[in-house]
Order: sequence, then C-alpha cells, then structure tokens
Amino acid sequence: MIKKFAFLITAALFAAPFAEPASAQDLGAPLGEDQPVESVAVEGDSDGPLRGTVTDESAWSDIGIAIPAFATDRDRATPANEAGTGALGREVARVITANLRNNGLFKPVGPDSLPQPEFPQITAPAFSTWSGRNAEMLVHGYVRARDDGRLVVGCYLYDVALQNELVREGWVVAPADWRRAAHKCSDLIFSRLTGESPFFDSRIAYIAETGPKDRRVKRLAIMDSDGANHRFLTLGSATALTPRYSPDYSKILYLSYVDGNPRIYVYDIGTGKQTLVTENRNPTIAPRWSPDGKHILYAMAVAGNTDIYRVPATGGASVKLTDNPGIDVGGSYSPDGTKIVFESDRSGSQQCYVMDADGRNQKRISFFGGRCATPEWSPRGDQIAFTRIAGDFNIAVMNTGGGGMRVLTRGWQDEAPTWAPNGRIIQFFRTERNTGRSGIWQVDLTGQNERRLPTPVDASDPAWGPIRP
Amino acid sequence: MNTKLATILLLASATGLAACSKKAPEVLPPPPEAGPVTTGPTQPTQPTGAQVGTQAHFAGAVGSSTTIYFDTDRFNIDTQDAAALQAQAQYFARYPQITFTIEGHADERGTREYNLALGEKRANSAKNYLVSLGVDPGRISVVSFGKERPVALASNESAWAQNRRAASVIIN
Repeated sequence: MIKKFAFLITAALFAAPFAEPASAQDLGAPLGEDQPVESVAVEGDSDGPLRGTVTDESAWSDIGIAIPAFATDRDRATPANEAGTGALGREVARVITANLRNNGLFKPVGPDSLPQPEFPQITAPAFSTWSGRNAEMLVHGYVRARDDGRLVVGCYLYDVALQNELVREGWVVAPADWRRAAHKCSDLIFSRLTGESPFFDSRIAYIAETGPKDRRVKRLAIMDSDGANHRFLTLGSATALTPRYSPDYSKILYLSYVDGNPRIYVYDIGTGKQTLVTENRNPTIAPRWSPDGKHILYAMAVAGNTDIYRVPATGGASVKLTDNPGIDVGGSYSPDGTKIVFESDRSGSQQCYVMDADGRNQKRISFFGGRCATPEWSPRGDQIAFTRIAGDFNIAVMNTGGGGMRVLTRGWQDEAPTWAPNGRIIQFFRTERNTGRSGIWQVDLTGQNERRLPTPVDASDPAWGPIRP
Repeated sequence: MNTKLATILLLASATGLAACSKKAPEVLPPPPEAGPVTTGPTQPTQPTGAQVGTQAHFAGAVGSSTTIYFDTDRFNIDTQDAAALQAQAQYFARYPQITFTIEGHADERGTREYNLALGEKRANSAKNYLVSLGVDPGRISVVSFGKERPVALASNESAWAQNRRAASVIIN
C-alpha cells in the first residue's frame, strides 16, 4: 500500500504542471533535451579501411599524428563560431589535438604549427607535405554549414607512409554541438589506431566544491569528457553528493540534503524536475543505475542499519537485496546486469563482495590486506576498480574474482573510482591533507598516465557516463 | 549485534562514573569554553540568560555532554559516552516539551558513502541509549552528515577524534 502510494506521488510529481520554487529544490534552470548527432556518408577516394589492429600500447603511443585545421567548402557564418566555418575548422582540429595529448595518446601535432590543407585536399592529401614532418598518421576533415543551419563535419584518417585512407566518417550536428563532432572524430582515430572502444564523446557528472572545510558548499555539476560545456545544476543551498548519469543521459541520480536529510533524488535533465528515489522517511544513499537503466540500486538506513535495495527506475516496490547487521552499501552492476559488487563491513572492516542481481550467493572477493571500498564494475566486465584503504587511500583494480590486485595511484586520499566508457581509464577524486581541497584526476590502467582534470572550482565524486547516444 | 550493543549499554550504565576512559588523552575533545567537564553525569543547573528550548540553554545545562565521541569505525556507547547521555537524559526529562536532533558524524579518513552509513549508526546508538534512559523516541530525530561537516579541520588523529561524534542539537 505504501509503495503504491509512493509510486502515485512520484507519478504526480513528474506530471505536475508547475515548478517547485527553486528555494525548496536547490535546482538551477533545466538544460532541456539533448540534440541527437546523426552519422552521414562522406565522400572519399578509397573503398575501405585497412584491416588489422595495433594493440601494443608501447607501439602506438609513439605514433606521430598531424592534425591540421579542418577545411571548409565555403566560409559561412555559423552560430558555432562568429568568424565562420573556416575558423571553426581550426577549433575542431584543436579540440582533437588536445583530446589525444591530454590523455597521453600518440604524439599529436595540432593546427597551429601545421600548414592548412585546401578543401579538395581533404579527400586527396598532399602526402609529400606530411611525410617530411615526422607524421605517420594524418587527420583531415572539413566543416560545412548546411542551409538549415546544421553543420556537417567530415573526419578522415590517413596512413602517410602507405598514402592510404584508414577510416572516414561524417556527422551532422546542431551548431551548439560542434564539439561533439570533434569528440566523435577523436574517438574514430583512437579506435582505429588502438582497436579499443571509444570514450571521448561522453559526459561527466560530479560535485563542485567551494568554501572552507567545515562549511563546504557542494553543488551538482556536469561537463564534457574534456571539461568543456560545464554547467552547475544545483544552486548550493543544500549539500549535493554522489551523482550518477543514467545510461541514456536523460537523468541523474544524486544525494541531496535539500529536505535536511540525506536522500537520493532522480533529477530529470530535460525538465529540470526531481523526485525521491523511494517515498520513505529513512535516509537513502549510494545510488547506482543498472546497465539497462531500468533499475536503481540504493542503500537505505533503517534504525541505523544500512542495507542495499533495488527499485524500478519508474517507481514501485523496492526489493531488499542484503540483510545484515553490518553496513552494506554501494552496489555496482556487472555490464550484463547479472551480478552486483558491493562493500560491506560484516567481516569487521570494509571489504568487497559479489552477489547475484537478486541478492543471492553473497561472497567476499577481497582478501589482500587493507580495506576494499566503493567498488565499480568495469564497462568491459573484466575488472573491478575500488578504493583501497591501507594507511592512505588509493585507487586499485582487481579481476572479478578478487585476484590480480594492482594499485594505480599514490595520493594521500584517492577515492571513488569511475570508469571511462571503454574501461581503459579511471577517474577518481583526490583530497589534500589538512586543507580538504579536492580535485578530479584520471589514470589509465597502466598507472602511467595520471593527470588532473581542469574544473572551474574544486571537484569530487566524478561519475563518467557512457558514450553519448 | 543488538545483544552485543545491549550488553555494552548495560555495562556502561552499571559502571557509570567509576570506569576509566578507554580513549587515549590526545583523542579527548577540547574542554568547552564554559560549563563542567565530562567527569560524570552533570546535574542540570539553572543556566542564566539562555531561554529554555534553545541550544544555548541545553549547552549551558549539560556543558560538553551535548556531544559524544567514538573510536575509529566504532559506534558503541562507552562509559564516557554513557555519562554524557545520562546528563542529556536528565535535561530532557526536566524539559519534556523539547524535541531535538542527533547528528551523526565521521572523520575524513573514510569513504564518503560508508561514512554516511556510519554516521547513521552513531546517531542511532546515541538515540537508543537515550530511549533506554526514558526519553520518548518521538522527540528524537536522527541525521547523518558522514564526513561532510567536520568541527576540527586538521588532518591528524586529534582532529579526527573530535570529528567522530554524535551531537545532540536543539533546532528552534
């Protein structure tokens, strides 16, 4: 009865024709719906890409790639760049260059130190120009403004020595989404040269932090994978924590103290409305989506004891998955949705456990000394990232049986890993000793390429979404 | 777990004043600016100035006993906590119209979500002990802030000991 009532309330809130006052919700203006990016055929001279894949990282990390400015058929005004499609083509090449360079991929050289190809050369490169520039690979592309205002961006990858086209693709985007075309082109290059799945055209939800350590203001915020298109979604009057993008990017789960208690809300990005994940007086924490977006995992404290529950994303009855006097929290689904990894202190300290999606067969998997917290299943399915507590807090990975543990970072307090859509890079947040200041960092699975992401203010709780639809 | 907790509560109640602190001196909270130190259950005194129903009146009556402290990753009520909660219970018995909130907190050396759950356990431990002393559970709200609201800002054992706490707060 109560569950049904809860569902009715949820439905009513979604359907409510009036917005709650901002002061009661701590929400900023809604973002509106995302525009789709459609692929189009682009013209080219060769029939198809070469077959075969470079997978040895030491080999491909040294590949020199020239990325000159993208050409345009006709310089036209566009809302994406007031100087026109020609200037926009240079910006697109800069974004691609920064993507590859910032992630330690290849040896990219960008448009500002390269000659600019003419439009006809995009499909017929002047290879002699590029072979003398230590470029094994050459990226060409163009930007064309259609009469309906949308932009067509073509992207071509050539092997300079073979004088051969490896791959090409084109996209139609709204002017406001021009960076997505640059990310799609970056993904095309990355995937073709490494054999790995793409990750650049994705977004990150996180918590923006300002203010002194004892009165920290924590706001829900989002940005593209390269830090661009940054937006604050909440105003900061209520503490916001632990966001998670839905698999289709239409919603964000997060914890808010907006009613004075820690509770999980489902925030609809398009409408800017939010609802409680479950209508209940108990505090709810640690929200997670199922891979298909149909279910939500959360932890709820009843009379002080926290267990993990599952509820349909559309509302309805919750199912209790763990029932233990210890703290059970933070479930993360395997990509096929059949298993959940979570943490529990039922053995006396935080350790990682795996159970079936219905809560059966709960088994501890971490046995390597120290503690295992905030486990996150890789989108590839083969690894679990977690916070390893052994004196300091570090980001580590293990296989799904708990073996092969490797520590990837060495900060004083590195916490809460989140996977890139391709399962090759992990973001986390690093907190400074004493000051309490925090920032988002990322590291690849080799542990070699570690860097801090630029954010407008301090940042924590990153949650990397999938490749955008 | 419940029986264990109950045992601890019983022991704590029975030993009362006599027991020594289990905690090392450096983890003790700093003495309050005014009011009695936590040597035992404090008799509610007649505070001057502050009005009944305010945090100032409560703190004036029980001193530093508004807050209890926990060992790392623990949420049990030790003898020192029991003494502080007994002082609180006497105060709340004297002013039965007052409702209050117990805020559970953790130190920064825990992961965020776990600390939210741990703060819940700590606040509920304090609530259960007060209820066992006769305080109506309907008067007590509980909220966890995890590691989000530290009172001591350094990153060392002393600061962490001050932040692992359950604070009773009268919200007007």
